[in-house]
Amino acid sequence: MRLTQGTFSFLPDLSDAQIRAQIEYCLGRGWAVSVEYTDDPHPRNAYWDMFGMPMFDLKDAAGVMAEVDACRKTFPRHYVKVNAFDATPGWEALRLSFIVNRPPSEPGFGLEREEGAGRLQRYALRAYAASRPEGERY
Amino acid sequence: MSAPESLPQDLTDLYRDSNVSSVLEALERELIGLAPVKTRVREIAALLLVEKLRRSVGLEAGAPSLHMSFTGNPGTGKTTVALRMAQMLHALGYSRKGHLVAVTRDDLVGQYIGHTAPKTKEVLKRSMGGVLFIDEAYYLYRPENERDYGQEAIEILLQVMENQREDLVVILAGYKDRMDRFFSSNPGMASRIAHHIDFPDYDEGELFAIAQLMLAKMQYRLDAGAEAALHEYIARRKAQPHFANARSIRNALDRARLRQANRLFEQRGARLTRDALMTITAPDIRASRVFEQKGETP
Repeated sequence: MRLTQGTFSFLPDLSDAQIRAQIEYCLGRGWAVSVEYTDDPHPRNAYWDMFGMPMFDLKDAAGVMAEVDACRKTFPRHYVKVNAFDATPGWEALRLSFIVNRPPSEPGFGLEREEGAGRLQRYALRAYAASRPEGERY
Repeated sequence: MSAPESLPQDLTDLYRDSNVSSVLEALERELIGLAPVKTRVREIAALLLVEKLRRSVGLEAGAPSLHMSFTGNPGTGKTTVALRMAQMLHALGYSRKGHLVAVTRDDLVGQYIGHTAPKTKEVLKRSMGGVLFIDEAYYLYRPENERDYGQEAIEILLQVMENQREDLVVILAGYKDRMDRFFSSNPGMASRIAHHIDFPDYDEGELFAIAQLMLAKMQYRLDAGAEAALHEYIARRKAQPHFANARSIRNALDRARLRQANRLFEQRGARLTRDALMTITAPDIRASRVFEQKGETP
């Protein structure tokens, strides 16, 4: 099951040239771009790990692309995403966030049903990959 | 037999279309003297224009290495030329953004283990697409301390200079003798720098022309007495220690402006003209301490 998340979730994966163009757009607006990774695909997993510091004062996408490539090389079987934060209004807002790397195979999710009191039915999503410990998934 | 293939564009068109001509003209107009520097800048511009034309007909040679070292005494225009160089490289399409990031050792080298690499990388990322100008680059290498982190910064720099040549241009600047020592102890650095440009000191006529250019930019002018005084000032100042070429001239002019303002302030009450506000007179310059020590200094 192909996991989607963020700004371009409805599109096929972006090519490197497209990623670069998106980053150029972000930098042109003065946003700070950062790279994050995780191996927990659950949609409620909002806490991804930072790959280095967010990058401020960049003029050209080459610096971010180098960081994205370094992250892909370090974590080839993780999800990697690029975030763009806008601090220009005086507070930080996430303007853009999209996945730039995914594991070669994504086993998807299992739906777990739990019987509660009476006829209550609870549901839970469990990622098959997440049954193994962190770092050994995928 | 095929007729010689004609190119879709010739160099004249390309020169006109890219706004490199305006950058080169500005360089010619705003920088006095520096003949060897200007020659080299024009050579680089020509190389990049020809390279652009070659690419348009499918001849590939790879991006030429444009890392440079600027050596010369203080105040000879290294930073200014670096700024112009960044604009020119942008006009020629060699660098994508054409901004200049000026740093010194403090911006690259950290204070403890593991601090240097992120710091250097951050600076490199900021300068991608433009020009990284490292002032007084010889401070990066401190042979007297073998655990100095400068070496680490140099290694990261070298790696990026080699692998990401199309992303940034590195310009190292500093005094000639110290840079020579720096290069002889870092042969890897010396071999990756294609252009070594030496900035000569200005002679007195050039310094005077620079002074006039600065004054014109600030909308001041010298009267006849002040011109003579400034000639004399330059001759005297040049012989003194810590002479920093154009920078010393700028400081001298700033002090002359100060005295002029003070002089006008003291004659308040009298009606001022626009002309008086613009004019620097001989006493404004002759009040300098350079004129005080007559013949006393060895």
